[in-house]
Amino acid sequence: MTGRIESTFQRLRQANKKALIAYLMAGDPSLAETERLVLEIEQAGADIIELGVPFSDPIADGPVIQLAAERGLRSGTSLRKILAMMKTLRSRTQVPIVLMVYYNSIHAMGIETFCRTAGEAGVDGLIVPDMPPDEAGPLKGPAAAAGLRLIFLLAPTSTAERRSYVAKESQGFLYYVSLTGITGAKIQNMAEVGKNVGKIKKVTTTPVAVGFGVSTPDDAAQVSAMADGVIVGSAIVKQIAAHQQSSDMPKQVGRFVGTLKAAMDRAAHASAG
Amino acid sequence: MKKVPDSHGRFGPYGGRYVPETLMPALLELEQEYAAARKDRVFRQELAYYLKQYVGRPTSLYHASRLTKKLGGARIYLKREDLCHTGAHKINNAIGQVLLARRMKKPRIIAETGAGQHGVATATAAAMFGLECEIYMGTEDMHRQALNVFRMRLLGAKVTGVDAGSRTLKDAISEAMRDWTTNVRTTHYILGSVLGAHPYPMMIRDFQAIIGQEARKQILAAEGKLPDYLVACVGGGSNSIGLFHAFLGDKKVKMIGVEAGGTGIESGKHAARFFGGKPGVLQGTMTYLLQDDDGQINLTHSVSAGLDYAAVGPEHSLYHDLKRIQYSYATDDEALAAFDLLATVEGIVPALESSHAIAEVVKLAPKLKKSSVIIANLSGRGDKDVQQVARMRGVTL
Repeated sequence: MTGRIESTFQRLRQANKKALIAYLMAGDPSLAETERLVLEIEQAGADIIELGVPFSDPIADGPVIQLAAERGLRSGTSLRKILAMMKTLRSRTQVPIVLMVYYNSIHAMGIETFCRTAGEAGVDGLIVPDMPPDEAGPLKGPAAAAGLRLIFLLAPTSTAERRSYVAKESQGFLYYVSLTGITGAKIQNMAEVGKNVGKIKKVTTTPVAVGFGVSTPDDAAQVSAMADGVIVGSAIVKQIAAHQQSSDMPKQVGRFVGTLKAAMDRAAHASAG
Repeated sequence: MKKVPDSHGRFGPYGGRYVPETLMPALLELEQEYAAARKDRVFRQELAYYLKQYVGRPTSLYHASRLTKKLGGARIYLKREDLCHTGAHKINNAIGQVLLARRMKKPRIIAETGAGQHGVATATAAAMFGLECEIYMGTEDMHRQALNVFRMRLLGAKVTGVDAGSRTLKDAISEAMRDWTTNVRTTHYILGSVLGAHPYPMMIRDFQAIIGQEARKQILAAEGKLPDYLVACVGGGSNSIGLFHAFLGDKKVKMIGVEAGGTGIESGKHAARFFGGKPGVLQGTMTYLLQDDDGQINLTHSVSAGLDYAAVGPEHSLYHDLKRIQYSYATDDEALAAFDLLATVEGIVPALESSHAIAEVVKLAPKLKKSSVIIANLSGRGDKDVQQVARMRGVTL
């Protein structure tokens, strides 16, 4: 079955381009602003939106996203409200949207109810950072029934055995964590990223997107030469925080996203030429 | 009773391995190394040597005759984990895991700590083996347990304050997990209680099970029969599972785990997971959690930093559901009264954590026949709490 995620990667591949996957924390600073931001950064060139669900104890996240989660919780954001917003958002855009959601939020809502509601709201996929495929059994059936892709992660520490296992389980795309660490740290070794993405591509045809530690247009350009997609999170969240007082905050964030996409497109053009 | 956990780290529906992929290879490696170490005679001998010569095991099972007389009911025995080197049961696990870290050739140790007892135990074991050591501690707990912070630094450990969330144990664990995720290749994370992802809850239980193994022999020697009740406080639940484990197959032995009742269940300011919590996933494991309807983790409260945590070990959740262990709670005030009582009647100043177990004994013993026997785990000594209690009573030291 081809969904929004698959057709996006297909379209980009035909144009010899790479996907820019942009992360936002839902409800930071408010859900109304998140709605504006999604539309703005899609306009600016984001191909897929990753929407973070604020959680009180985000073990995979660095300080930038932790603070964004705190702001999201303070603005009264909950998973149910995010899904309600998604529904209205879907009447205005068909950009693929995946949720980055810690498992306890899903568990508290109930797996069945959550998957059904998310599917109906137009969510395309799920990244559950504290749920490796080993624990995803109970989520698989309900997610499939609701048309939700389960996107799993691989890390620099992953063994060959886990690469094959996780690559086989991941749907839509594979999330390669570029560094041994948490979100927002800095990539130390680009060559190692390229080498590891190469190893993953040997065992799967699923697109591979690289995230954690991509913060500048230059990073994005370099990573886009190695993978099918580039995920930028903390750097965008920082822009939102920096322009919080400004009335045209979404536009300013959109401009930053535009510079990321432009750098990626230039890199693609250069390699094609 | 069926042996738990299963090969996936499941205690019935609880436990498991809910962690970022970066940590999965490390957890799988740890599981393998631990399985190999358990079968290795040299490792077992080494562990036994340090527990005897360095920690001071076996700890005594002391018949608290004055407390027994005062409460006028069951005969009360105290398992004296407070007599362990560093003053609490935490060292049993810290020594075991440091030996494992050496086997895995990891030169750096990290740990979280609430009351500071696990931090001190880890810093101690790391110092003895010459390993680099960093301890994460909530800044609220650093304030409450200033003495232990200084002790850890004396032992050569770096103590890093965590200024997030409630600034207590939960936040220290999250920060330690982030450190481990970042430095996993060189670092072993010594989790301090039967929490977190598999194999931690199983491995830490095994390292603490020596408490009950000794107590079982000691009570049979002293009384010629098994006890009627075992009582222990439950934060994450390592001292309690340590005492209870050897008795789980003894159907007649009743067990009570005592949670932190804080200022009362109705006040919402407590850490009693079995009184208002429900199952969920936090910091690597599925277990009972104090959380709101959206699954956000609640802030907890207890006078004792070591019990002030929103989740309980997954094995406890299973025994709760099976009704094999009964859970109760003691409030801050009840624990403080027990703290005073044991000091004046037996000349033992208990840790505020262990005072919760004593508070339960105070309620339970008078209801039982004089021929009944209770073993309470005196999991730690109260030296670390003296400053805090003085402060609460307006005494300047």
